[in-house]
Amino acid sequence: MARRELQEINAGSMADIAFLLLIFFLVSTTMDTDSGIVRKLPPMPEETQDEQVDVKERNIFVVLVNRHDQLLVEGELMHIKDLRVTAKEFIVNPHNDIDLPTKEFIEVDYFGEVEVTKKHVISLQNDRGTSYAMYIAVQNELAAAYNELRNDLSMRRFGVKFADLKGDENKDKRKAIEEIYPMKISEAEPKNVGG
Amino acid sequence: MSKFKKGEKKTVTAITTASLPDIIFMLLFFFMVTTVMREVELKVDYNPATANQTKKLEDKALVSYIYIGEPLNKKIFGTVPRIQLNDSFAEPEEIRDFVASRREGLKEVDRPKMTISLKIDREVEMGVVTDVKQELRKASALKINYSTHEGDPIDAIGRY
Repeated sequence: MARRELQEINAGSMADIAFLLLIFFLVSTTMDTDSGIVRKLPPMPEETQDEQVDVKERNIFVVLVNRHDQLLVEGELMHIKDLRVTAKEFIVNPHNDIDLPTKEFIEVDYFGEVEVTKKHVISLQNDRGTSYAMYIAVQNELAAAYNELRNDLSMRRFGVKFADLKGDENKDKRKAIEEIYPMKISEAEPKNVGG
Repeated sequence: MSKFKKGEKKTVTAITTASLPDIIFMLLFFFMVTTVMREVELKVDYNPATANQTKKLEDKALVSYIYIGEPLNKKIFGTVPRIQLNDSFAEPEEIRDFVASRREGLKEVDRPKMTISLKIDREVEMGVVTDVKQELRKASALKINYSTHEGDPIDAIGRY
Protein backbone atom coordinates (compact mmCIF):
# COMPACT_ATOMS: atom_id res chain seq x y z
CA MET A 1 0.00 0.00 0.00
CA ALA A 2 1.42 3.30 -0.99
CA ARG A 3 1.61 5.56 1.94
CA ARG A 4 0.14 8.88 1.10
CA GLU A 5 2.31 11.77 1.92
CA LEU A 6 0.75 14.12 4.42
CA GLN A 7 0.38 17.39 2.67
CA GLU A 8 0.73 20.53 4.69
CA ILE A 9 -2.28 22.83 4.62
CA ASN A 10 -1.52 26.10 3.02
CA ALA A 11 -1.74 28.72 5.72
CA GLY A 12 -1.23 31.65 3.44
CA SER A 13 -4.84 32.78 3.61
CA MET A 14 -4.96 32.63 7.37
CA ALA A 15 -4.06 36.30 7.63
CA ASP A 16 -6.89 37.20 5.30
CA ILE A 17 -9.42 35.28 7.32
CA ALA A 18 -8.18 36.85 10.51
CA PHE A 19 -8.36 40.26 8.89
CA LEU A 20 -11.94 39.67 7.91
CA LEU A 21 -12.90 38.74 11.44
CA LEU A 22 -10.92 41.62 12.84
CA ILE A 23 -12.73 44.11 10.64
CA PHE A 24 -16.08 42.65 11.62
CA PHE A 25 -15.35 43.11 15.31
CA LEU A 26 -13.85 46.52 14.75
CA VAL A 27 -17.04 47.69 13.11
CA SER A 28 -19.49 46.09 15.49
CA THR A 29 -17.71 47.13 18.66
CA THR A 30 -19.02 49.91 20.85
CA MET A 31 -16.55 51.05 23.41
CA ASP A 32 -18.90 53.25 25.41
CA THR A 33 -19.64 52.28 28.95
CA ASP A 34 -23.01 53.22 30.24
CA SER A 35 -22.93 55.71 33.06
CA GLY A 36 -25.59 57.83 34.65
CA ILE A 37 -27.37 58.93 37.79
CA VAL A 38 -28.49 55.91 39.77
CA ARG A 39 -31.73 56.25 41.69
CA LYS A 40 -34.02 53.96 43.58
CA LEU A 41 -37.73 54.34 43.00
CA PRO A 42 -40.05 54.06 45.99
CA PRO A 43 -42.27 50.98 45.91
CA MET A 44 -45.84 51.49 44.80
CA PRO A 45 -48.00 52.34 47.80
CA GLU A 46 -50.60 49.71 48.50
CA GLU A 47 -54.23 50.73 48.27
CA THR A 48 -55.11 49.65 51.76
CA GLN A 49 -52.49 51.52 53.66
CA ASP A 50 -53.20 55.18 53.95
CA GLU A 51 -50.57 56.44 56.27
CA GLN A 52 -49.54 60.03 56.25
CA VAL A 53 -45.96 60.49 57.26
CA ASP A 54 -45.78 63.48 59.50
CA VAL A 55 -42.84 65.67 58.63
CA LYS A 56 -42.33 69.09 60.14
CA GLU A 57 -42.41 71.95 57.70
CA ARG A 58 -38.89 73.07 58.57
CA ASN A 59 -37.56 69.62 57.73
CA ILE A 60 -38.76 69.71 54.13
CA PHE A 61 -36.84 71.34 51.32
CA VAL A 62 -39.31 71.80 48.52
CA VAL A 63 -38.00 72.01 44.98
CA LEU A 64 -40.56 72.65 42.26
CA VAL A 65 -39.80 72.73 38.57
CA ASN A 66 -42.48 74.10 36.27
CA ARG A 67 -43.00 73.53 32.56
CA HIS A 68 -40.91 76.54 31.64
CA ASP A 69 -38.00 74.89 33.45
CA GLN A 70 -38.11 77.49 36.21
CA LEU A 71 -37.13 76.53 39.69
CA LEU A 72 -39.05 77.33 42.84
CA VAL A 73 -37.10 76.46 45.95
CA GLU A 74 -38.76 76.88 49.34
CA GLY A 75 -41.24 79.31 47.76
CA GLU A 76 -38.63 81.44 46.04
CA LEU A 77 -37.63 81.62 42.41
CA MET A 78 -34.06 80.45 42.06
CA HIS A 79 -31.48 79.94 39.36
CA ILE A 80 -30.23 76.40 39.16
CA LYS A 81 -26.63 77.41 39.80
CA ASP A 82 -27.60 78.46 43.34
CA LEU A 83 -29.38 75.21 44.09
CA ARG A 84 -26.31 73.27 45.18
CA VAL A 85 -25.22 75.80 47.80
CA THR A 86 -28.75 76.24 49.13
CA ALA A 87 -29.26 72.51 49.38
CA LYS A 88 -25.97 72.07 51.21
CA GLU A 89 -26.92 74.72 53.73
CA PHE A 90 -30.25 73.02 54.25
CA ILE A 91 -28.68 69.61 54.80
CA VAL A 92 -26.07 70.83 57.26
CA ASN A 93 -27.93 73.64 59.00
CA PRO A 94 -24.63 75.03 60.31
CA HIS A 95 -26.02 77.77 62.56
CA ASN A 96 -28.98 75.93 64.01
CA ASP A 97 -31.38 78.14 62.11
CA ILE A 98 -34.99 77.67 63.17
CA ASP A 99 -36.16 77.57 59.55
CA LEU A 100 -33.72 74.81 58.65
CA PRO A 101 -34.12 71.18 59.72
CA THR A 102 -33.98 70.02 63.32
CA LYS A 103 -30.77 68.49 64.55
CA GLU A 104 -30.21 65.63 66.88
CA PHE A 105 -27.24 63.90 68.41
CA ILE A 106 -26.45 60.41 67.20
CA GLU A 107 -23.61 58.02 67.91
CA VAL A 108 -21.56 57.22 64.83
CA ASP A 109 -18.51 54.96 64.49
CA TYR A 110 -15.24 56.83 63.88
CA PHE A 111 -16.89 60.15 64.68
CA GLY A 112 -18.38 59.73 68.13
CA GLU A 113 -21.37 61.86 68.94
CA VAL A 114 -22.42 64.03 66.03
CA GLU A 115 -25.25 66.47 65.57
CA VAL A 116 -27.03 65.71 62.35
CA THR A 117 -30.19 66.77 60.55
CA LYS A 118 -31.54 63.27 60.60
CA LYS A 119 -35.10 64.10 59.68
CA HIS A 120 -34.51 66.32 56.67
CA VAL A 121 -36.19 65.50 53.37
CA ILE A 122 -35.65 67.04 49.98
CA SER A 123 -38.90 66.95 48.10
CA LEU A 124 -38.66 67.21 44.34
CA GLN A 125 -41.70 67.87 42.20
CA ASN A 126 -41.78 68.42 38.49
CA ASP A 127 -44.45 69.26 35.98
CA ARG A 128 -45.32 67.00 33.05
CA GLY A 129 -43.95 69.69 30.78
CA THR A 130 -40.54 70.01 32.42
CA SER A 131 -37.75 69.10 30.05
CA TYR A 132 -35.74 66.01 30.82
CA ALA A 133 -32.46 67.91 30.61
CA MET A 134 -33.66 70.26 33.36
CA TYR A 135 -34.85 67.39 35.51
CA ILE A 136 -31.47 65.70 35.23
CA ALA A 137 -29.71 68.97 36.01
CA VAL A 138 -31.76 69.33 39.21
CA GLN A 139 -31.14 65.72 40.21
CA ASN A 140 -27.47 66.25 39.46
CA GLU A 141 -27.19 69.38 41.61
CA LEU A 142 -28.93 67.70 44.54
CA ALA A 143 -26.66 64.67 44.23
CA ALA A 144 -23.69 67.03 43.99
CA ALA A 145 -24.70 68.74 47.25
CA TYR A 146 -24.60 65.40 49.07
CA ASN A 147 -21.43 64.25 47.34
CA GLU A 148 -19.58 67.44 48.21
CA LEU A 149 -20.60 67.25 51.85
CA ARG A 150 -19.61 63.59 52.05
CA ASN A 151 -16.32 64.25 50.31
CA ASP A 152 -15.46 67.12 52.66
CA LEU A 153 -16.22 65.01 55.68
CA SER A 154 -14.30 62.05 54.34
CA MET A 155 -11.29 64.22 53.50
CA ARG A 156 -11.28 65.73 56.97
CA ARG A 157 -11.62 62.46 58.84
CA PHE A 158 -9.96 59.83 56.63
CA GLY A 159 -7.88 61.89 54.21
CA VAL A 160 -9.47 60.33 51.14
CA LYS A 161 -12.45 61.22 49.02
CA PHE A 162 -15.74 59.51 49.74
CA ALA A 163 -15.79 58.07 46.23
CA ASP A 164 -12.41 56.43 46.90
CA LEU A 165 -13.63 54.63 50.02
CA LYS A 166 -14.07 51.37 48.19
CA GLY A 167 -14.05 47.72 49.10
CA ASP A 168 -15.12 45.75 52.11
CA GLU A 169 -12.47 47.13 54.45
CA ASN A 170 -13.95 50.62 54.04
CA LYS A 171 -17.54 49.54 54.39
CA ASP A 172 -17.84 50.84 57.95
CA LYS A 173 -16.35 54.18 57.03
CA ARG A 174 -18.76 54.57 54.16
CA LYS A 175 -21.64 53.67 56.41
CA ALA A 176 -20.56 56.18 59.04
CA ILE A 177 -20.49 59.00 56.52
CA GLU A 178 -23.78 57.97 55.02
CA GLU A 179 -25.25 58.01 58.48
CA ILE A 180 -24.18 61.61 58.99
CA TYR A 181 -25.35 62.73 55.56
CA PRO A 182 -28.14 60.36 54.54
CA MET A 183 -29.36 60.99 51.01
CA LYS A 184 -33.04 61.72 51.24
CA ILE A 185 -34.49 62.84 47.97
CA SER A 186 -38.16 62.16 47.71
CA GLU A 187 -40.16 62.55 44.57
CA ALA A 188 -43.78 63.40 45.07
CA GLU A 189 -46.50 61.29 43.54
CA PRO A 190 -47.11 62.75 40.10
CA LYS A 191 -49.48 65.64 39.81
CA ASN A 192 -49.56 68.77 37.75
CA VAL A 193 -47.64 71.64 39.24
CA GLY A 194 -49.19 74.83 37.99
CA GLY A 195 -47.56 77.32 35.69
CA MET B 1 31.45 56.10 -13.63
CA SER B 2 30.59 52.68 -12.68
CA LYS B 3 32.31 53.01 -9.40
CA PHE B 4 29.19 52.48 -7.41
CA LYS B 5 27.65 49.86 -9.63
CA LYS B 6 30.51 47.55 -9.50
CA GLY B 7 30.29 44.09 -8.19
CA GLU B 8 27.36 42.22 -6.75
CA LYS B 9 23.75 42.92 -7.58
CA LYS B 10 21.82 44.44 -4.73
CA THR B 11 18.96 42.26 -3.63
CA VAL B 12 16.06 43.76 -1.77
CA THR B 13 15.29 41.41 1.05
CA ALA B 14 11.59 41.03 1.50
CA ILE B 15 10.31 41.62 5.01
CA THR B 16 9.09 38.39 6.38
CA THR B 17 5.34 38.38 6.81
CA ALA B 18 5.22 35.11 8.66
CA SER B 19 4.27 36.81 11.93
CA LEU B 20 1.54 38.89 10.36
CA PRO B 21 -1.23 36.40 11.14
CA ASP B 22 -0.11 36.34 14.76
CA ILE B 23 -0.30 40.09 15.05
CA ILE B 24 -3.70 40.17 13.41
CA PHE B 25 -4.91 37.38 15.67
CA MET B 26 -3.77 39.34 18.69
CA LEU B 27 -5.77 42.38 17.59
CA LEU B 28 -8.69 40.13 16.75
CA PHE B 29 -8.77 38.60 20.20
CA PHE B 30 -8.52 42.02 21.79
CA PHE B 31 -11.57 43.24 19.93
CA MET B 32 -13.45 40.00 20.45
CA VAL B 33 -13.02 40.30 24.18
CA THR B 34 -13.80 43.98 24.49
CA THR B 35 -16.68 44.10 22.06
CA VAL B 36 -20.21 44.62 23.22
CA MET B 37 -22.83 44.14 20.59
CA ARG B 38 -25.31 46.93 20.24
CA GLU B 39 -28.37 45.82 22.16
CA VAL B 40 -31.01 47.10 19.81
CA GLU B 41 -31.42 49.06 16.67
CA LEU B 42 -32.37 52.58 17.67
CA LYS B 43 -35.69 53.78 16.38
CA VAL B 44 -35.80 56.99 18.37
CA ASP B 45 -33.68 60.11 18.49
CA TYR B 46 -31.43 59.83 21.51
CA ASN B 47 -29.18 62.65 22.63
CA PRO B 48 -28.31 62.04 26.26
CA ALA B 49 -28.67 64.72 28.89
CA THR B 50 -25.56 65.92 30.69
CA ALA B 51 -24.58 65.30 34.31
CA ASN B 52 -21.39 65.00 36.31
CA GLN B 53 -22.42 63.14 39.46
CA THR B 54 -22.58 59.85 37.63
CA LYS B 55 -21.77 56.28 38.40
CA LYS B 56 -20.76 53.55 36.01
CA LEU B 57 -23.06 50.61 35.56
CA GLU B 58 -21.11 47.56 36.63
CA ASP B 59 -22.69 44.45 35.24
CA LYS B 60 -24.04 44.78 31.73
CA ALA B 61 -25.87 41.48 31.92
CA LEU B 62 -28.16 42.83 34.64
CA VAL B 63 -29.12 45.96 32.75
CA SER B 64 -32.16 46.39 30.54
CA TYR B 65 -32.66 49.46 28.42
CA ILE B 66 -35.65 51.65 27.75
CA TYR B 67 -35.30 54.33 25.11
CA ILE B 68 -37.51 57.40 24.90
CA GLY B 69 -37.33 60.05 22.22
CA GLU B 70 -38.84 61.37 19.04
CA PRO B 71 -39.09 58.71 16.32
CA LEU B 72 -36.27 58.79 13.79
CA ASN B 73 -38.70 58.36 10.94
CA LYS B 74 -40.81 61.43 11.57
CA LYS B 75 -42.73 61.17 8.27
CA ILE B 76 -44.36 57.94 9.33
CA PHE B 77 -44.40 58.09 13.11
CA GLY B 78 -44.71 61.81 13.81
CA THR B 79 -42.81 63.85 16.38
CA VAL B 80 -44.49 62.79 19.61
CA PRO B 81 -41.86 61.15 21.87
CA ARG B 82 -42.20 57.38 21.88
CA ILE B 83 -40.98 54.58 24.09
CA GLN B 84 -38.81 51.89 22.54
CA LEU B 85 -38.56 48.45 24.13
CA ASN B 86 -36.33 45.91 22.42
CA ASP B 87 -36.79 46.59 18.73
CA SER B 88 -40.18 48.21 18.59
CA PHE B 89 -42.24 51.11 19.81
CA ALA B 90 -44.34 50.40 22.85
CA GLU B 91 -46.97 51.91 25.07
CA PRO B 92 -46.25 52.53 28.77
CA GLU B 93 -48.53 49.61 29.72
CA GLU B 94 -46.24 47.17 27.92
CA ILE B 95 -43.34 47.95 30.23
CA ARG B 96 -44.63 45.59 32.87
CA ASP B 97 -44.47 42.63 30.49
CA PHE B 98 -41.08 43.76 29.27
CA VAL B 99 -39.70 43.90 32.81
CA ALA B 100 -41.24 40.53 33.64
CA SER B 101 -39.69 38.86 30.61
CA ARG B 102 -36.29 40.41 31.27
CA ARG B 103 -36.47 39.31 34.88
CA GLU B 104 -37.36 35.81 33.75
CA GLY B 105 -34.16 35.70 31.74
CA LEU B 106 -31.96 36.30 34.77
CA LYS B 107 -30.74 33.86 37.36
CA GLU B 108 -32.74 33.74 40.55
CA VAL B 109 -29.99 35.31 42.63
CA ASP B 110 -29.48 38.15 40.19
CA ARG B 111 -33.10 39.20 39.92
CA PRO B 112 -33.09 41.76 42.76
CA LYS B 113 -30.03 43.34 41.20
CA MET B 114 -31.71 44.00 37.89
CA THR B 115 -31.27 47.59 36.76
CA ILE B 116 -33.29 49.50 34.21
CA SER B 117 -31.27 52.04 32.32
CA LEU B 118 -33.42 54.86 31.00
CA LYS B 119 -31.94 56.31 27.86
CA ILE B 120 -34.03 59.39 27.39
CA ASP B 121 -33.54 62.19 24.91
CA ARG B 122 -32.82 65.48 26.64
CA GLU B 123 -35.68 67.29 24.92
CA VAL B 124 -38.38 64.87 26.00
CA GLU B 125 -40.93 66.30 28.41
CA MET B 126 -41.20 64.76 31.85
CA GLY B 127 -44.80 63.61 31.36
CA VAL B 128 -43.91 60.46 29.48
CA VAL B 129 -40.92 59.86 31.78
CA THR B 130 -43.20 60.03 34.80
CA ASP B 131 -45.56 57.52 33.18
CA VAL B 132 -42.67 55.15 32.56
CA LYS B 133 -41.46 55.54 36.14
CA GLN B 134 -44.93 54.78 37.47
CA GLU B 135 -45.07 51.63 35.34
CA LEU B 136 -41.65 50.58 36.59
CA ARG B 137 -42.83 51.02 40.14
CA LYS B 138 -45.86 48.86 39.39
CA ALA B 139 -43.54 46.24 37.93
CA SER B 140 -41.36 46.65 41.04
CA ALA B 141 -38.28 47.31 38.98
CA LEU B 142 -37.01 49.93 41.38
CA LYS B 143 -33.34 50.19 40.51
CA ILE B 144 -33.03 52.68 37.72
CA ASN B 145 -30.31 54.63 36.05
CA TYR B 146 -30.77 57.86 34.15
CA SER B 147 -28.25 57.45 31.40
CA THR B 148 -26.26 60.63 30.79
CA HIS B 149 -23.00 61.72 29.36
CA GLU B 150 -20.30 63.48 31.28
CA GLY B 151 -20.31 67.26 31.53
CA ASP B 152 -21.64 70.25 33.42
CA PRO B 153 -25.46 70.15 33.19
CA ILE B 154 -25.94 73.87 33.87
CA ASP B 155 -23.67 74.83 30.99
CA ALA B 156 -25.40 72.26 28.84
CA ILE B 157 -28.88 73.62 29.50
CA GLY B 158 -27.78 77.03 28.30
CA ARG B 159 -26.50 75.55 25.06
CA TYR B 160 -29.52 73.52 23.97
